[in-house]
Amino acid sequence: MYPQTYKYTNDHEWIDLATGRMGVTDYAQKQLGDIVFLELPEVGKTVKKGEQMGSVESVKAVSEIFAPVSGTIAEVNAGLAEKPESINLDAHGSWMVAITPADPAEAQELLDAAQYAELTK
Amino acid sequence: MEVFAGWDMPVEYSGLAVEHMAVRTRAGLFDVSHMGQVELAGKDALAAVQHMTSNDAGKLKIGQAQYSGLTTPAGTFVDDLLVYRFATDHFLFVVNASNVGKDFAWITEQAKPFGDVSAVNTSARYALIALQGPAACDVLQTLTDVDLGAIAYYWFAHGEVAGVRVTISRTGYTGERGFEIFTPPQSAVRVWDAVLQAGRSADVVPAGLGARDTLRLEAAMRLYGNDIDDTTTVLEADLEWIVGWDKGEFTGRAVLADQKARGLSRRIVGFEMVDRAIARHGYDVYLDGAKAGTVTSGTQTPFMKKAIGMAYLPVARTEPGTEFEVDVRGRRAKARVVPLPFYKRPKG
Repeated sequence: MYPQTYKYTNDHEWIDLATGRMGVTDYAQKQLGDIVFLELPEVGKTVKKGEQMGSVESVKAVSEIFAPVSGTIAEVNAGLAEKPESINLDAHGSWMVAITPADPAEAQELLDAAQYAELTK
Repeated sequence: MEVFAGWDMPVEYSGLAVEHMAVRTRAGLFDVSHMGQVELAGKDALAAVQHMTSNDAGKLKIGQAQYSGLTTPAGTFVDDLLVYRFATDHFLFVVNASNVGKDFAWITEQAKPFGDVSAVNTSARYALIALQGPAACDVLQTLTDVDLGAIAYYWFAHGEVAGVRVTISRTGYTGERGFEIFTPPQSAVRVWDAVLQAGRSADVVPAGLGARDTLRLEAAMRLYGNDIDDTTTVLEADLEWIVGWDKGEFTGRAVLADQKARGLSRRIVGFEMVDRAIARHGYDVYLDGAKAGTVTSGTQTPFMKKAIGMAYLPVARTEPGTEFEVDVRGRRAKARVVPLPFYKRPKG
């Protein structure tokens, strides 16, 4: 269910440390329902772990996107912002931004797939 | 599931947008048993109903219903409701779940001066199931001998659905054609299952509170607690069509007449977002940089695929095309006044 190669946060986000790409988990998309808007940070912005850096909005609610790790926004998935409903179809394939981590040690605090699966039980 | 007015309610079944689209294109089945019922009966029931509600209940034939306001002396809403005329001297009110207690106390008090009338809170006697959408009539017809095509909009009939004694009302809260079915609570599951079964080939789906809210907003139906309450008058809510000016006295009439004569200072409008954003209930509205009100309802509609909403604006600024701003979590997003309703079902 949750890709083994990703790490996860308590805020229901995933990050692929190999590429720095992050998104929200399948559990999160199910909770949100039909996603209609995505507000993403700009390339070059520096973010601190846990800081709000955008928002994802469904018909019924708005939810914040937090930085899973500290770093710099290296890439923004503009295509996804145009078609945010893709997240409902494939949350783990729908990356929002890529972050260049500032502190590799922070990765140790993230959850692995098994731990995250446990969290959402 | 979500607790709503003390009821454990499904927000969505298969998904809000899927359910919304089903109602617009086929049909959706809603369990709205949380709605409250109050009945008034007695020789003076009509006089009492006329006194406490804004619309002219005297125009109702037996078997007919109307949308109305349960008004305060200030012309604002205790609640909005449907008034059904069951018999010459017998009326049924359908009120909002969150207001049943307050409404019943208010109705009882308002009925007091009227001699032969008694008000009873009959909410526990009815479950209410709504089948809404273009396929509603054909699907429901397979389960009843009542000629559904003969029931006009805002009329009702008594009969059987799936062998259960019910009242079938051609009403709804979605802007789509459809029916609301009053059943005894112990038979509600039987009716629900029968309708879903009968609707299988037409792809009828169960629909939750979430779709009910987006559908009613597209149709610009007001929601008590959001768009109307005891601080908004019937005229400010742009519902003059439920004021029975010709019927004479009713609670709040004097204030409403005065407001009509002098002109309103504010009125509800529909708007759509110009900037990419969703304005939601409670967000602040700005005109020329100054706070001018709040969004009363707002969503992204799955059918029209637009961010729409309603808000109260100064009357001078309610013309369609007028632009204003909404504070969307710290960002000012542009919106434009549009005519209501947002959605009108195709004729036929």
